[in-house]
Amino acid sequence: MFEPNQWLRIDRDGVVTITSSVPEMGQGSMTTMPMIIADELDADWSKIRVEQAPADPARYANPVTGSQSYGGSRGVRDHLATWRKAAAAARQMLREAAAREWNVPASEVETEPGVVVHRPSGRRLLYGQLVDRAAGLTVPQNPTLKTKDQFRFIGRETPPPRLDLPMKVNGTAVFGLDVTVPGMLVASIERCPVLGGTVQAFDATAAQAVPGVRHVVQVSSGVAVVADGTWAALSGRRALQVTWDEGPLARLTSEQISREYAKAARQPGLAAKTVGDAAGVLAAGTPLEAVYEVPFLEHACMEPMNATAHVTADACHVWAPTQNPGGTRAVAARLTGLPPERVTVTTTLLGGGFGRRGEVDFVRDAVETSRAVRVPVKVVWTREDDIRHGFYRPATYNVLRAALRPDGRPAAWWHRVVGPGILVQKGYARKGGVDRAAVAGAADLPYDVDALQVEWVDKDLGVPVGFWRSVGSSQNTFVTESFVDELAHAARKDPYAYRRALLGKAPRHRAVLELAATRAGWGSPLRSGLARGIAVAFSYGSYAAHVAEVSVAPDGTPRVHRIVCAIDCGFPVNLDQIRAQMEGGAVYALTAALYGRITLDRGRVQQSNFHDYPMLRMAEMPKVETHIVDSGEAPGGLGEPGVPSVAPAVTNAIFALTGTRIRRLPIDRELLRRA
Amino acid sequence: MIALTVNGTAYRLETAPDMPLLWAIRELVGLTGTKYACGVAQCGACTVHLDGAPVRACVTPVAAAAGRTVTTIEGLAPKTDHPLQRAWIELQVPQCGYCQSGQIMAAAALLAQKPTPTDADIDAAMAGNICRCGTYQRIRAAIHRAAALAAGGAR
Repeated sequence: MFEPNQWLRIDRDGVVTITSSVPEMGQGSMTTMPMIIADELDADWSKIRVEQAPADPARYANPVTGSQSYGGSRGVRDHLATWRKAAAAARQMLREAAAREWNVPASEVETEPGVVVHRPSGRRLLYGQLVDRAAGLTVPQNPTLKTKDQFRFIGRETPPPRLDLPMKVNGTAVFGLDVTVPGMLVASIERCPVLGGTVQAFDATAAQAVPGVRHVVQVSSGVAVVADGTWAALSGRRALQVTWDEGPLARLTSEQISREYAKAARQPGLAAKTVGDAAGVLAAGTPLEAVYEVPFLEHACMEPMNATAHVTADACHVWAPTQNPGGTRAVAARLTGLPPERVTVTTTLLGGGFGRRGEVDFVRDAVETSRAVRVPVKVVWTREDDIRHGFYRPATYNVLRAALRPDGRPAAWWHRVVGPGILVQKGYARKGGVDRAAVAGAADLPYDVDALQVEWVDKDLGVPVGFWRSVGSSQNTFVTESFVDELAHAARKDPYAYRRALLGKAPRHRAVLELAATRAGWGSPLRSGLARGIAVAFSYGSYAAHVAEVSVAPDGTPRVHRIVCAIDCGFPVNLDQIRAQMEGGAVYALTAALYGRITLDRGRVQQSNFHDYPMLRMAEMPKVETHIVDSGEAPGGLGEPGVPSVAPAVTNAIFALTGTRIRRLPIDRELLRRA
Repeated sequence: MIALTVNGTAYRLETAPDMPLLWAIRELVGLTGTKYACGVAQCGACTVHLDGAPVRACVTPVAAAAGRTVTTIEGLAPKTDHPLQRAWIELQVPQCGYCQSGQIMAAAALLAQKPTPTDADIDAAMAGNICRCGTYQRIRAAIHRAAALAAGGAR
């Protein structure tokens, strides 16, 4: 066996086994990572096998972040250089091994997929025939990488088909909920309906009487009913009697949050960006002013949260659909008191991630329950648990002011963001400092403005918040790209031309904006009742622009017919999966713009399932066209950048069509109803 | 005791009659391709065929399947070569894949009724199936493609 590094090994039969560290949550990592390795290795694609990495940060941590946790669209962009080098080193060693075998200079030796060849003599050796000799060689530290023209898969129009799809179309794919361990019980946890509430007392008598129920135990998040199967656990849970200590949020309502935000917006915030004296410029005239609000959102992964754990006296095994194998190992070690190397983590396929599965609350559920009942336990969340006990995309309140010069260009732009900070709440950033996640997409305004002030007011009322696909950019881009549209209107300029003229120092923004506008036929006539809107954004290392074509029915229902997306991710790797991510990003963003809203009453999330927290469905799906820019820059992300500019493109189109400016999400159909 | 047939195999299940068919299939029969996602017939991830017709297994009591024939994603085509499965791979439809068993089973019921569906037929037949990854565009194209594959006698 030839194993030059932790990413790949080749066996004598020629099979190349690749260890993918990035969890497969739909983004295609289980294929794109091997594709990068196979390209630099010049491997025969039919010989590629993939394994999911164990939790072992010493070997598999992201080389940029240093942790084995995956969010921030970091799969390809943080690993591309590492993986290319790992595979190029292996290829160089195979060439060297063949050169020694044939006693010829290595410079005369080339590769074809899976084969080393010596053209002058016509000799050939399969990779599998060279593994023993290659294994004895020193791993080169600076192997020669392929040049772009030499790639067979990277950046090519037809990448290899996804390796995970055969099992995803015949029911054999194993997600977290599909894990079965010998002797396993299934648990469902009753949680306090109030966020942050705790168990005061419980009566398990009726629950214990339900056939199949084995144990009823208290855990950190509530009371776990442990049974032979899911249905028995759910039935037992319904019979459970719990008295709650509802905690400090027991009176919190969404109306109160909005009022507190509005009040906080009158106080100065922490400066996230200051250029010139925006407030001074604004005080000298009559500024344009607008208030924008966005709600809390839940991720709603199709697979509800779950994990399976088996805790014994000297070891712990966790099976979890997690974006965070490193954090899963760490929390299991902490809860059990075991050294991390006694904790094994099996990362299953994820039925959606979107940031929700970077959290470890569901892992804690499984470890605590298994520890309590001393057998393997799968903890299954219901959809209602999922929606009511999430880590929500922060609701925010935004005040914007701007003054225009006589030529219409902004003399001053002033933006105050009010809301909680995810990084601050989780302890990743210092309280009292600017939370960069809260101002992403706001502080990095790309437009030429003479004076710029962006502030953040930390207003955290205790609702648990988390990373939701594109995080701060998911809301701030809606706000800034709507407000710049307002300025274009005030300046009596075309919204595309206005943006373009202000992007002189932002060439990559401008390039995607131009591409999207051109491909959408910006300025060409549309059939009656349709209008276009446009928006552009930078996020997670990539630049995206969207043009949306929208109509509004007489009852106020907006309909998005077509979305044209231009994406510059620097170094495009898997073209088909780039398109897939742009299609998916558009749906995620449209769902939020049209429907997404989590509200609170007496500390309780009022939504519970897809009937009151609706999702975009087939009939509402617009045609999505993706145009990819190969800018030759450093690789950028893709999971998130397809989201931020979608909502403002849609609401800007609604303004173009109806003259009604949407300043609050989700879009209020009453505002658009034609009596 | 409930007797039913799943993918051609007869089972006698020792269970409470009110257990949803979903959990009977997943945990008693042991076929996990049929998914739980909402539990209230709002998302379609648990779609199976009961005597050929699509039903949401999460709200169908197992007793309602007594003496009847259930087909799950695992039983759609023994070699994963149903025109829909071939089209799904050809057009690279799934992302996370969690909803796709239900999507394919709903689409299979549609094609059995209407071998060449229109976009409106697809909108209607697939209205109950949610995909959070946003694969709807590819699902639509793949249903049309599967219809063409089936019409070509390809199977």
